[in-house]
Amino acid sequence: MALEEQRLIFKHIDAPGYTRDIDCYLKHGGYEQLKKAVTMKPEDICAEVTASGVRGRGGAGFPAGVKWKFLDRKSGKPIYLICNADESEPGTFKDRQIIHKDPHQLIEGMLCSAFAIQAKLAFIYIRGEFFEGYRILEEAIEEARAKNLLGDNILGSGYSCDIIVHRGAGAYICGEETGLIESLEGNRANPRIKPPYFPAALGLYQCPTIVNNVETLCDVKHIIELGGEAFSKIGTPGNTGTRIWCVSGHVQKPGYYEFPCAALTLGQLINDVCGGLKPGRKLKAVIPGGSSSKILRADERFKGKLKDGTEFDWGIEDIPMDFDSLAAVGSMSGSGGVIIMDDSTDMVEALANINYFYAHESCGQCTPCREGVPWMRKVTARMCAGEAREEDADLLNGIADQIAGRTICAFGEAAAWPVQSFIAKFKDEFVEKAKEQASRRKEGKPAATETTLI
Amino acid sequence: MSANGTSEMITINLDGREVEVPKGMNAIEAAKLHGKEIPHYCYHPKLSIAGNCRMCLIEMGMPMRDRGTGEPVLDEQGVQKIGWGPKPVIGCATDVSPGMHLRTDSESVKEARNGVTEFLLINHPLDCPICDQAGECRLQEFSADHGRGYSRFIEDKNVKPKRTVLGPRVTLDDERCILCSRCVRFSQEVAKDDVLGFVDRGTYSTLTCYPGKELANNYSLNTVDICPVGALTSTDFRFKMRVWFLKRTNSICTESSVGANTTVWSREGKIYRITPRRNDAVNDTWMTDSGRDLFKPFESDDRLTHYTVDGVHQSPEIAAKAAAELLRAGSVAVVGSAHSTVEEQFILEEIAKKTGASVSMVKHEGEGDGILLSEDRSPNLRGALLNGLISELPKGDLTLLAAQVDSGAVKTLLVVNEDLTQLGLTEAQLGQVKIIYLGAFANAVSQVAQVVLPSLSVFEKSGSFVNQNFRLQKFAAAVPGPRGLIAELGVLAMVEALLGEGNSQAPTIAQVWERIGQTEGVFAGLAWQKIPEEGLKLEAGSLAKLNFVESKNLKLDPAALEAAQALPA
Repeated sequence: MALEEQRLIFKHIDAPGYTRDIDCYLKHGGYEQLKKAVTMKPEDICAEVTASGVRGRGGAGFPAGVKWKFLDRKSGKPIYLICNADESEPGTFKDRQIIHKDPHQLIEGMLCSAFAIQAKLAFIYIRGEFFEGYRILEEAIEEARAKNLLGDNILGSGYSCDIIVHRGAGAYICGEETGLIESLEGNRANPRIKPPYFPAALGLYQCPTIVNNVETLCDVKHIIELGGEAFSKIGTPGNTGTRIWCVSGHVQKPGYYEFPCAALTLGQLINDVCGGLKPGRKLKAVIPGGSSSKILRADERFKGKLKDGTEFDWGIEDIPMDFDSLAAVGSMSGSGGVIIMDDSTDMVEALANINYFYAHESCGQCTPCREGVPWMRKVTARMCAGEAREEDADLLNGIADQIAGRTICAFGEAAAWPVQSFIAKFKDEFVEKAKEQASRRKEGKPAATETTLI
Repeated sequence: MSANGTSEMITINLDGREVEVPKGMNAIEAAKLHGKEIPHYCYHPKLSIAGNCRMCLIEMGMPMRDRGTGEPVLDEQGVQKIGWGPKPVIGCATDVSPGMHLRTDSESVKEARNGVTEFLLINHPLDCPICDQAGECRLQEFSADHGRGYSRFIEDKNVKPKRTVLGPRVTLDDERCILCSRCVRFSQEVAKDDVLGFVDRGTYSTLTCYPGKELANNYSLNTVDICPVGALTSTDFRFKMRVWFLKRTNSICTESSVGANTTVWSREGKIYRITPRRNDAVNDTWMTDSGRDLFKPFESDDRLTHYTVDGVHQSPEIAAKAAAELLRAGSVAVVGSAHSTVEEQFILEEIAKKTGASVSMVKHEGEGDGILLSEDRSPNLRGALLNGLISELPKGDLTLLAAQVDSGAVKTLLVVNEDLTQLGLTEAQLGQVKIIYLGAFANAVSQVAQVVLPSLSVFEKSGSFVNQNFRLQKFAAAVPGPRGLIAELGVLAMVEALLGEGNSQAPTIAQVWERIGQTEGVFAGLAWQKIPEEGLKLEAGSLAKLNFVESKNLKLDPAALEAAQALPA
């Protein structure tokens, strides 16, 4: 039986007759929360967001209310809000849907948030490739401005806030919040060192700045609508609200599906929601939260303790889809990009593909990432090209260990985790690849089989 | 950032030892104070923090406190527990705070350094045998300490541009570059000439000049000095000499009154290069490009190499005698120089006193750059004032002296360095007087002088200068002068002795200082050995009121100086 989606953010998206223009949005109760928000006290909104327990949807899963609390409000400098719409994690495609199909929801969420932190200027840093999204947002902002929902003296409340849409012209690293800020300032998107450059104190133009993901900002609108308390009832404690799972890979019906946190297991997501694997295929592995999250092997047993002390013993299909459960099994829910791999997948090639991406996207500022990630790319590319060695698996793991935790930003981990987890879970395949190539060479055949990925 | 003298001392735990360090100092400097080296590439004490090389990773921990109550968390022995960070931190951006624990040589720290070293080497050309930096290369040194000795890297190395000409004096090898961004930060922050940057991304990041720009500012060679590897090389010094063959001598730059501290690198009597020497009170770690070329004119052919009397080569003793003879005749005028050392000026003043000569001096000025090139292009004007050789600031020409020559009031001239024909005296006027010329180069005056006493360059003698901040700084001889020449201090002292009844032996510099130390004023009690390598700040006294030409530069703030003088003592 198919599980029913429970849509909050995607409530109207794809509904018949729903269009992205402001009239349609207003007809569906749009901007009511903004009207409510500007009559509230900013600190009350912050309190609601904290009470809601909503965690950042960009990848790290940090509680948004706590992030807002770090904001340096005493500096006397202007406060900025930045919407991180640089969605580039492979496997993730939720923010683009919001921007394309319901841009006013984002604008309303942003204005509510900006009011809460008393920012007079907000930015949407949108990925350069999303040109259509940029155009749509510009259009939506003009529509909102025409109705005095944005700009000077919003709805006569005395509060003014403008939104500037900025197209990124960079790379994956522009999604790292301090890299994003550098890019927004017009520099190369080199992430800043922390300390001292925590955005909440020294962000954009060295002023206090909050950077939130598109989905997180949309959640703020719903928190105002429902109240923080009611919002926190969706999902489980510590894992509140809904999540949009972007399912890709070897399933019958890939796509985006919105469910409350922990409302379904990974098995239900694959089999019930996405129609199962292709006929005759067996599940091999799942990357549950975008390409940087650690891979889970299908025949693994996951044992351990949750944060609240309950013990668990799960097969891969039993894992509840929420922040803490995925963290407990050694991976993360990340940006919600669930990548399903069936038994046709060559793990070496899959890792080669991921390595290619991260090597291409490294900003090149700090040594371990700049030198280490392309090295891993070169190793896996060589393995695919027919020159695999049995010691390469350990070499890859060694390189990844030398990167993780030693870089300026979290990119080091993002690039190292896939390698560490692929080797930890599928080392046999990496060794087998080398043996197989050696025997093919002995037989006088070309060592490399045809690759499809790179 | 390095601490200033007044900062508060705090206690930290460095590798298990409680040590005192100034509050707010970064971990690299704090560890250095206590003899621990934290290797680093991108960190430079005089530049902003970049934190990109990751070589200075260390472990950092703070005493644990309960989050709720704020009470210290104690272990079984009742000692406060240390909360060590889960990841290593970079020493350059970790400022020490009370109670902080640092581990700079634990296994995990060594492991992190080894990892960074391996990464830096995989795409490095490893061409030390033909690299100019070899011998003074941080990458080479740290690879010896932290490298694995063999390579695990069997892939192809990245290919980047070689022999890129960045400007008239700097050549870049991008394959050797470790992208530490020191040169980029230097150009922005110190030279104020933002021409360097990185293009391309990730492992293909390449250092280059922005399109249409070149690294041509007068500080470009400092980028070569601070480059921790052999990427930026001096076009002039490239492939000339192995650095370990070179002898280092402490010297002072004579380009302007800034008096930048320098190191002269020489071998077998030949100078190969001049680099800045750190002195936080004078020049930090920088110097001008133009100051590095000052040794070259002394290798030219118009150098004076023989003592001559009436055009005949003579020994220094005979030349000194001839000079004394001329001076005894009376009606003497001295044209001194702010390029002479404190010691030479002292003896010159003694000669002037003994012969009743009037002393004049001319100024040498140019445009200042507000950094390390001041408007006064002589290294020792303040020395001349403190010596009493002159009592007011020098003028631009010698018209007064010309009038005295015309009137016959002056019959003998003792000229140091200056070409009088450029300063208001005609050749005809020079013909009317007897001239003793002391200088390094031939000019219109040396050609007509009765006695020519060749002098040595700053690289060939020892001495001291007083810089724009009244800082007495000494320098040593790096290379010998032309054969047969003795330092002009000796010749001047012989002349002085011949004018009185002393012996005519050339004294040592220490002996001259014994006499200087007996004078009244700021030099009283000083001795040559007492002048420290980093210089000695002298009291300007009433001289501070003079209207010196220097405007604000890196280490001089005339407005602040004036304000300080205005305060009652």
